[in-house]
Amino acid sequence: MSVLVYTESDKGKFKKNAFEVASYAYKVAQDLGTTVTAVTINAEDEASLGNYGVSKVLKVSNGDLDTFNAKAYAHVLAQAAETEGAKVIVVSSSADAKFLAPILSAKLNAGYTPNVVAAPDSTSPFVVKRTAFSNKGFAHTEISSDTKLIGVSNNAYGVHENTESAAVEDFAPSLGDGDFTTKSVEVDKVVGKATIADADIVVSGGRGLKGPENWGMIEELADVLGAATACSKPVSDLGWRPHGEHVGQTGKPVASNLYIAVGISGAIQHLAGVSASKTKVVINNDPEAPFFKAADYGIVGDAFEVVPELIEKLKEFKAQNT
Amino acid sequence: MKILVCISNVPDTTSKINFTEGDTKFDTNGVQFVINPNDEFGLTRAMWFKEKQGAAVHVATVGGAQTEPTIRKALAIGADEAIRINAEPTDGFFVARQLAEVVKNGGYDLIIAGRESIDYNGGMVPGILATLLDMNFVNTCISLEVDGNSATAIREIDGGKETISTSLPLVIGGQKGLVAESDLRIPNMRGIMMARKKALNVVEPVDAPQPTQDQKFEKPAAKGPVKLVDAGNVGELVNLLHTEAKVI
Repeated sequence: MSVLVYTESDKGKFKKNAFEVASYAYKVAQDLGTTVTAVTINAEDEASLGNYGVSKVLKVSNGDLDTFNAKAYAHVLAQAAETEGAKVIVVSSSADAKFLAPILSAKLNAGYTPNVVAAPDSTSPFVVKRTAFSNKGFAHTEISSDTKLIGVSNNAYGVHENTESAAVEDFAPSLGDGDFTTKSVEVDKVVGKATIADADIVVSGGRGLKGPENWGMIEELADVLGAATACSKPVSDLGWRPHGEHVGQTGKPVASNLYIAVGISGAIQHLAGVSASKTKVVINNDPEAPFFKAADYGIVGDAFEVVPELIEKLKEFKAQNT
Repeated sequence: MKILVCISNVPDTTSKINFTEGDTKFDTNGVQFVINPNDEFGLTRAMWFKEKQGAAVHVATVGGAQTEPTIRKALAIGADEAIRINAEPTDGFFVARQLAEVVKNGGYDLIIAGRESIDYNGGMVPGILATLLDMNFVNTCISLEVDGNSATAIREIDGGKETISTSLPLVIGGQKGLVAESDLRIPNMRGIMMARKKALNVVEPVDAPQPTQDQKFEKPAAKGPVKLVDAGNVGELVNLLHTEAKVI
């Protein structure tokens, strides 16, 4: 009857969202009077999950699962849920989690609510708060099926330390050829840089930058802050930046601690996509830009003067504070 | 190849969102409805398969009669036939069950859905549909090529992309990238005229559970005014981000 949580790892190391989903699962388990069991796939240092409230780890070690495969991973989690008799399963909002969760939902006949931003409103009935209308609103959604699957939004519930002692058990799910009918041929991924999905800070540029040749200062600003780079929809449509950087309603959502928008006017679709960011800064030469109404801090000024100055001031700040 | 494109009827991306009936319903008053953008990229890619590879393209939606203008638009863009399952799409599992019936009866090889609808953002219909039908599935798909029975798809992952090799029958959750924004088609007069003559078959839903129910909605809390920093005093911004917002 434990709450089951899938704690993701990348090349053996837990992702940041692993600790957030574990923290969330612990809260649900407390509400339900039970404990948390985590599933890890080819991860290291499983016992560290105890620091986030996990009391048991089902450790899967299987070379066939070195590369993510949604169907196979969903099958692993379905078997783990069955073994544990779990009625509540918690996953993250990563691209991988959003790929496997619907498969798992169908396998377990589990009602699934993604984009959950807070601890359950109640557990009987089981009601969770999630974003809807592409972050323009929230829904309080009841999951009435016997088994429930919750996708937790990034950087919303947060990471909470809860000291438990995690007992690690080997778990060997049974997988067959039918689980591997989609094959990963090539993964093309930035290494050693923050991604929009898990960065604490995102620096984003819009049409106000006038052309792709001016992106050097956006990248430098991002480097100084250890931030990921992003862009507005027109910029990706113009081909100035890759589609993967487009944030907004039809692009990627951003839920960083700090979002800095340079030369982005703030169309309603863009504002929706970045609204989950906790602190928003806008730099724009047009004081009437709608983004100023949605931002916490703003500078009305020429980006080509303000951004280099900001980079200098941040370098000074970093030099003093490290 | 026979393709089914699943369409959601959603508020236009510029819509302001309001709720009604004690915040239990989305207020459709004054809202313009459109083909869900993620679905429209998929529909446009399906048109490419029709024109280059002779595919037949059908569209399906789960929704009431009020969704028909959106379906007609899909026909005007070039889909051959449409199916409307006459039920309110209030739960993703329920919608997937309805579409599964359409796929079983229609013998489709490729099902193209959007990665999520931009209204309720469930993002689950394509994956549940694929699993119910034991078909292959690729989510957040930004490129799709089909050669005979083989398919090569590229999906967006956090921080990059992944190329996947698989086979038909296949379901994809698509998005921008399947075609570029500039490839999207505005129906012309001939398309609109032809769409009126194309079949729009209405079928009744099958019994299926609805494991989730939206009980209540709310809008984000109103935001305080922006704190403006003078362009000549950028250091003050750094100071505020450190001492007040505590984000650096």
